[in-house]
Amino acid sequence: MKKRLMRDILVDFLRDEMTNGDKVVLVEADLAKCSATIPLMDEFPERALNVGVAEQNMASVAAGLASYGFVPFIHSFAPFATRRICDQAMISIAYSKQNVKIIGSDPGITAELNGGTHMPFEDIAIMRSIPQMVVYEATDNVEFSQALPQILQYDGAVYIRMFRKTPPPIYEEDYKFDLFKATVIKEGRDATIVASGIMVSAALKAREELLKEGIDCEVIASPTIKPLDEKTIIASAKKTRAVVTAENHNIYGGLGSAVAECLSENCPTKLKRVGVKDKFGEVGKAAYLSKVFNLEVSDIISAVKEIL
Amino acid sequence: MDYNHIKSFAKEIRINIINCIGSIGVGHIGGCLSIVDVLAVLYAKQMNIDPKNPKKEGRDRLVCSKGHAGPAVYSALAEKGYFPKSELLTLNQGGTTLPSHCDMHKTIGIDMTAGSLGQGLSCAVGMALGSRIRKDGATIFAIVGDGESQEGQIWEAGMYAAHKKLDNLIAFTDFNHMQIDGTTDEINSLEPLNKKWEAFGWNVYVVDGHDIEAIDKAIDKARAYESKPSMIILDTIKGKGVSIAEQAKVACHSMSLSPEQCEKAISEIRGEL
Repeated sequence: MKKRLMRDILVDFLRDEMTNGDKVVLVEADLAKCSATIPLMDEFPERALNVGVAEQNMASVAAGLASYGFVPFIHSFAPFATRRICDQAMISIAYSKQNVKIIGSDPGITAELNGGTHMPFEDIAIMRSIPQMVVYEATDNVEFSQALPQILQYDGAVYIRMFRKTPPPIYEEDYKFDLFKATVIKEGRDATIVASGIMVSAALKAREELLKEGIDCEVIASPTIKPLDEKTIIASAKKTRAVVTAENHNIYGGLGSAVAECLSENCPTKLKRVGVKDKFGEVGKAAYLSKVFNLEVSDIISAVKEIL
Repeated sequence: MDYNHIKSFAKEIRINIINCIGSIGVGHIGGCLSIVDVLAVLYAKQMNIDPKNPKKEGRDRLVCSKGHAGPAVYSALAEKGYFPKSELLTLNQGGTTLPSHCDMHKTIGIDMTAGSLGQGLSCAVGMALGSRIRKDGATIFAIVGDGESQEGQIWEAGMYAAHKKLDNLIAFTDFNHMQIDGTTDEINSLEPLNKKWEAFGWNVYVVDGHDIEAIDKAIDKARAYESKPSMIILDTIKGKGVSIAEQAKVACHSMSLSPEQCEKAISEIRGEL
């Protein structure tokens, strides 16, 4: 499980559902090779569809299928699964209450060599602004494999922010995930780090470093950014009185914003957001880009120290 | 074939539209009146539907992609008996079941939400694919506006429907040659519209959109046609049947109607009986 590509977890899930269930259909827009779903097109020619480079059509065709009782999963790179089809996600899917699951792959700096046009730091902000849209960013394979059946069972539109390659492993196989709950991975008393996606691993590394200096951080993974598990985050903030958020996304509109909104209203707390500071993406390997956009372990460490 | 009952059905739809939009005094009169005759053929004859069982499995479905013609579809649904005609007088009032643009979760008998132009034909493609998987024998109908056909997504849907050989999909273009800012020829011409759809791989008919017999026969031919989706281009008049709307030309897209104008319009429609 830990060594697998995240996209293969998706493909196994879809294949299993299309073999044993009669609800799931897949609609791709010429990126089925990238999501590795392309064999499904031959295995299930009526239920695994490829509309070509036409993301808008993909979203609304899926809405039509959903109106017929199917549960369509649609996929594109994250910017095209959100920014490109914003109105279709809003009207054909969410406003029309169609049970469509939207997968955006290669979020943020993981778009790497595709660069600025393909590097979404805005997708979560866009999808959070759509009423009733659930927004989920996968943490690791163990969690993702449990998230998919829950997402299928949930009756409503969900945005799934998925890393395609092998994510840093976080959880053991016996971990039990609840789609609508944040997870306190490590308890601590001095500060809380709330992270999502690839930043969970960075948050855990930051915690290790800070412990050496006697700073004891609580680390919370909040894969579901909307609806936010406010209870878990407020409880932690009340305990530590200092919160840092860490996300592979613009600090405007993503996890950091969601946590800040929640705490400002319920439990005003000193807070720092680690994330992209209102910049466009660019080409490079993730290791380079995390430096350019201040998504390093050291950036989390500095943020914690600033608010203590 | 006696078409008189469909012609009477069309007249009643027109009267319902005037009462519906007249109840709030303003609305999309022109584009409602231009699709009355195709709606009459669909609801009085062609569609396999049951107002007593609106969600019947395997029923034919209609997507009114030009969602602003909602009041025309509501008028046909009320005439068919889906809900009492008195509900037509609640159009666009707070809390109504009849919003200006079609909403499948608010109105009994509406199969697809629409209003943001260009998306409905794709939804109809999805429904036609769904029907094919379920093998339920349904025909999916869609009504697309001419101005709406300037949206790129219409052509994305058109390309894919032909690629998938969706012969259970029958679309109509309400070609009334007018849009909000002027005539379609002034703003962004669609011509030659029939050749465009043919080039996209569709089975195309061009008919007088107010000739009930011609519309009915075109639908029969489209139903029988195999391996291609069909596009029936309806040559229509925006505001058809109500002279104050017809004479307003492009201004009838959304116009106000006083109680006196409504009364006159209804006598005008009845006068043709």
